[in-house]
Formats: sequence, C-alpha cells, structure tokens
Amino acid sequence: MIAFKLPSLGSDMDQGKLLEWKVKPGDCVKRGDVVAIVDTSKAAVDVEIWSDGTVNELLVQPGETVPVGTVLATLFVPGETAETAVPVAPGPVTAAKPAAVPVATPATPAAAANTGAVQRRRISPAARRHAEELGVDLDAVRGTGPDSAVTLEDVELAAKAKAAPPDRALEMRRAIAAAMSRSKREIPHYYLADTIPLERATAWLAAENTERTVTERLLMAVLYLKAVALACVKYPEMNGFYRDGGFMPSAGVHVGVAISLRKGGLVAPAIHDVDRKTLAELMRDLSDLVQRARAGSLRSSEMTDPTITLTNLGDGSVESVFGVIYPPQVALVGFGRVVERAWADHGALKAMPAVTASLAADHRVSDGHRGALFMSAIRDLLQQPQQL
Amino acid sequence: MTKISYREAMRLALREAMQRDSRVFLMGEDVGRYGGTYAVSKGLLEEFGPERIRDAPLSELGFVGAGIGAALGGMRPIVEVMTINFSLLALDQIVNTAAALRHMSGGQFSVPLVIRMATGAGRQLAAQHSHSLECWYAHVPGIRALAPATVEDARGMLWPALQDPDPVIIFEHAQLYNMEAELPATISADISHARLMRQGRDVSLITYGGCLGKTLDAAAQLAEEGIDAEVIDLRVLRPLDTDTMIESVKRTHRAVVIDEGWRSGSLAAEVMARIMEGAFYELDAPVARVCSEEVPMPYAKHLEDAALPQVPKIVAAARTVCGRAQS
Repeated sequence: MIAFKLPSLGSDMDQGKLLEWKVKPGDCVKRGDVVAIVDTSKAAVDVEIWSDGTVNELLVQPGETVPVGTVLATLFVPGETAETAVPVAPGPVTAAKPAAVPVATPATPAAAANTGAVQRRRISPAARRHAEELGVDLDAVRGTGPDSAVTLEDVELAAKAKAAPPDRALEMRRAIAAAMSRSKREIPHYYLADTIPLERATAWLAAENTERTVTERLLMAVLYLKAVALACVKYPEMNGFYRDGGFMPSAGVHVGVAISLRKGGLVAPAIHDVDRKTLAELMRDLSDLVQRARAGSLRSSEMTDPTITLTNLGDGSVESVFGVIYPPQVALVGFGRVVERAWADHGALKAMPAVTASLAADHRVSDGHRGALFMSAIRDLLQQPQQL
Repeated sequence: MTKISYREAMRLALREAMQRDSRVFLMGEDVGRYGGTYAVSKGLLEEFGPERIRDAPLSELGFVGAGIGAALGGMRPIVEVMTINFSLLALDQIVNTAAALRHMSGGQFSVPLVIRMATGAGRQLAAQHSHSLECWYAHVPGIRALAPATVEDARGMLWPALQDPDPVIIFEHAQLYNMEAELPATISADISHARLMRQGRDVSLITYGGCLGKTLDAAAQLAEEGIDAEVIDLRVLRPLDTDTMIESVKRTHRAVVIDEGWRSGSLAAEVMARIMEGAFYELDAPVARVCSEEVPMPYAKHLEDAALPQVPKIVAAARTVCGRAQS
C-alpha cells in the first residue's frame, strides 16, 4: 500500500487546502499524473502522484485543510489487492517513518485518541476562526491566553506582524522559485551557444540613431527582439506552449522580455506580435514595458501570453547567459555583453563587436539540429539590420 | 431627587397595584399586622384593610393554593412566601397546578398569580433560610421568573407581572431590601429582557439578583487593572434573554457567570450552555462561573462569606479568562 501524502509545494508551505480530487477509488494512476488540486494559499497547485498504482481510499475531503505530510489517499501498488495490502500509518508524524510503525501490533483506537487529546493545542474557537479569516498560520502563533491558549488577540497580533511589511520581494522570490523549479523539474533543457558578429548591426544602429531624436533612438535590444521573432516564424517549434503532454505552437510571436526589478526579482512580460512590428514600434513598446514593469502595472495578458522569452544581460558584465525556460514555454534566447573581439574575416584578422547568443530549448519539442538552425537564422537576421 | 430603599420601592409598587386594580390583594405570613417579615407591607393593612392585606396561617401549601384559586376566580392575588426555602412546601401548587393549568385545561384557565419570595444568603440565617433555588422555578415551563436586582426594578416589575395572564414569581434577594437608590423619572415596565448595566470590551460578567452589586464592584476593580468588563443583569430568569447575553459575548469574546445558586445544575450552567450554543465561535476563552460552594449554607459568618460568590472571586475568574491570572 502506498500512502499519498500532501507534499510541500513551497518552502513556506506548512499546510494546504484540498480543492479537488482528480481521481476516485479504483482509478489507475501513473507516476506524474495529477491526482489533486491543492490551494497553498498562494495558488491552486496541481499535485502529482509519484508512483504508479490504483487508488484505494481518499482520506481527505475537498475543503479540508491539512498539514504537509498528511496522508491524503492510499493506493495499492501494482499487483496488490485489498487482501494482500500492507496497511500504512495514518498521521503525518508516523507516516514520515513507515518502517518504524509496528505493523503487527497497531495502536488501539483508544490509545490513538488519547494521544490526540493530549497533543491538541489550546486555541480558542474565536481565535481559530479569525486565523482562518486572516490566513494566519496558527502553528506560528504563540498563545498568551488561559493555559497558554492562542487567543483572538494573539491571532490579530500575528496577522499584523505578517501584514506589516507585505514582503513583495519574498513573494516574488517564491514565485520565481516555484516556476523555475517546475521548469528544471519538467523540462529537459538543451543548450546551444553561438558568437554573433555585430559589426553591421552596430554600424547601422549608430547611423540610424543620428537621425533620431534622443527618445526615439534604438537599442541593440530591439534588433535582438525582431531577429528572434522572425526566426520564430521560420522555426515554430521554438514558439508556443508545452501543455498536457504535447506542444502547441503559437500563431502569434509574443516575446517575453526578462526585466529585472529594482527591488529584486524578475518579470518577463510579453511584447505582442513582435514579428509584425517595426523597430520603432518595438522600441516604444519596450520602453513602455520596462517602465510599467518597474512601476508594477502590467496587464495580465502580458504576464500570461509570452510564447518565448528573451533575456538580455548586455548591460551586465557577463559574456553569455544560459537561461531557464519559463514553463509552459519551450525556448529561451539569451544575449550577453557586446564585446570587441579579435575576429577572422575572409582571411584577415580584425577587431569586431560580437555577442554570445544562447538558446535553452525544450528537448521534448525540438532537437539540437533544429535549435542550431534557429540560432543561425538569428545570426543571419542580425547581419542585415536594415531589413529588420 | 431623594433616594428610596428597595423595600420602599417594593411597597410603592404594592400600593400602586392595590390602588389601580381592586382585584389585587396581598396574602402571606405576617404581611398584615406585623408589616411583613422584611417590612415590605408595613402600613398597608391600615391603608387597605384586612380584606386586601390578608395574614395567612403557617401553611405555604394552603395559602399558595388559595392564591391560585383566587386567580382562577378572577382576582389578581399577590402571594408572599417568607423565603424560597419555605416555598418548597408549596412546590406542588406552584409547579403542578399554577404552572400547568393553562396546558391541562386546554387553554381554558389561566392563573394570573404573582408570588413574591425572599431568596439568598448573607444574614446568618443558615441552611433553611438562605438558599438560592431560583433555578428550580426557572426550570419550569408556564412560569415567568423575575429577579429585580435594582431599586428601579423593585418599583417597576410588579405591575407588569400582574398583567401577565400566567403565574409570575418575583425573587427578592433579602440582602437588597436596605439598598438605596434614586428612582429614575420613568420606570421601566420591562419583564422580558436582560439589561446591560455597564459596557466593556474585555469580558461579559453575567449575573442577577443579589450578586449584581458584587459584580459591579468587581467590574470597577477590574477597570483599575485595565480589564474593561461588561455587566449584564439578567433580570428575567425565565424565559432567559439569550440574545442580550450572546450579543455581549460577541463583543467581548469572554464571559463569567455569577450566580448565588449551587454550581451543579445551576442557572449559571444554563447561561453557559446558551453561550456555547449561540456564540461558540466567538469565544476566546472557556466561559467561567462563580457560584456558591456546594454546601448547605453555613451559619458562621466567616463560613457563610466563604461559601458565597464574593468580589475577589469574581475578579479572579475574570482575570483568568482574560489570560491575566496571577501565578
């Protein structure tokens, strides 16, 4: 018998509220199947099963909030039946060490009940209800009431302490942690890198910008944007989403631009339809997006629509960046710092500005060969900046 | 405005009732020539004559029964029983007859009887004159049970009690008769609701009768310690005004019930049960109570004092539910 326990879906998660079961007793499940949806108080998360088996019994009902480690359901391992099954321990504490549970002499219900009564914390009914309303974790609240019971006041103080500095940075860190962990957990990344000469692009940009007002001047970043978008049109397996076990290419090319925020953290909102916009339009969109991202006024569509991400660490001091794909996207293109390099060109050695571009792509969707063609398309496009 | 005593207020109420309604008469042991055991009816015999101020023989069973008969016959009798301990002799008449007749007669007969009785301890009258058995009567459907704890209620509750078509018992705590207070310009005629005597945020002190004064004193002492206590005078012991106590607990989230009755099966127990039923999720601490010790009321002064709810006990209980118990 397998005990399916509530996993911790974040370092901050102590408990979760079961929202929905995706399975019922008798269902066969495979490792990785989503079997339940659990609210972590930050988001509703699909919870997957980590072993193959057959659902025996659902022990927690939707709507119940239980601590991490609680057995949510029991499953038979393949080949096991109700008759042959070895029982599992029910509680979060003992469940962590199933081997320590003496199967031959299980605790009597009376003994179990006694233990429960002794261990139950004193929390006043009003405090318990208020904590739920305020989303206060009672385990972290110190009781100051009669017999050290947690009182309303304790909960209110805890809520105030929690609410006082709304730690956006921490929340953001957690969100990034969750997304990137999922990416590295689910997406088999492969990486390619290429050094792209930027002599022409640099020269063209300089010439172009002399005719523009300060506010209209173009940055190298918009050339990258347009080049990546046009390459995506040619290699659609880089542009879209991997969902429900399959890749869905996207008709539009909405490039997510990784923008680091001043107070820490990162967002990658989309510029829509990059392949169909002029460089001037892209420059305007980019400035606007960076400004709004830093002001914290992004639209939800910008957050959810990116079909590929571009990260540009050109302002920094690194030559190359190997990105982590933002799920459910399937590719991320990175650009490092533009550096002047010794470059052999038609048998002559010269100094030339160049950038290292990298691709992190999802091996479930594409292979290195197609990735290489995609990168070389970007390289070619950047050699003809006037056509971008 | 001059102060009058609880005793005088009760006498004023009796006189008013006699004057307003010729069907009203007072009957009981020593109510006439002696002027009442607690001197409540002093002077009324001279004013209203022996037909309407009637001395009764030492037979509670007999004269309470006679009162029921008079009520059935169209009169509005006020029967005085010397103490609640003695009223046990009339339990059969009160519970089996007065309280039940409307039901037994299919609504044909009602018993518009008012029974007054002194209750409570504190005067070294020992175990046969000092008990607080109000909750025995508050247990019985068909009876309205009133506990005037203020001079105003002593003055105001009798007349509306006489208007009730069913039997009403008025419990007068013997320690209250000498209490003096000014009467307000308009006297409340409410015999249905509890009364908020003091507003507070931290704990509801719920009491009635002889414990009201002690409870208000305790609240004043608690205020000095920074505990803001609310005080509720139940006033009506049956039917209990559940709403007022629940609303109070919703404000304070804590409650202490103070009741001179014995703890087991007490009115305090009933109040606590209702709070649990109606305000469980509002409670921030277990509801506490201060009751009399479970002994026959001692004669010795220090033992009687020790047996009764007192200000320090109320203060201690309130501190505990507020998490301020001194270790």
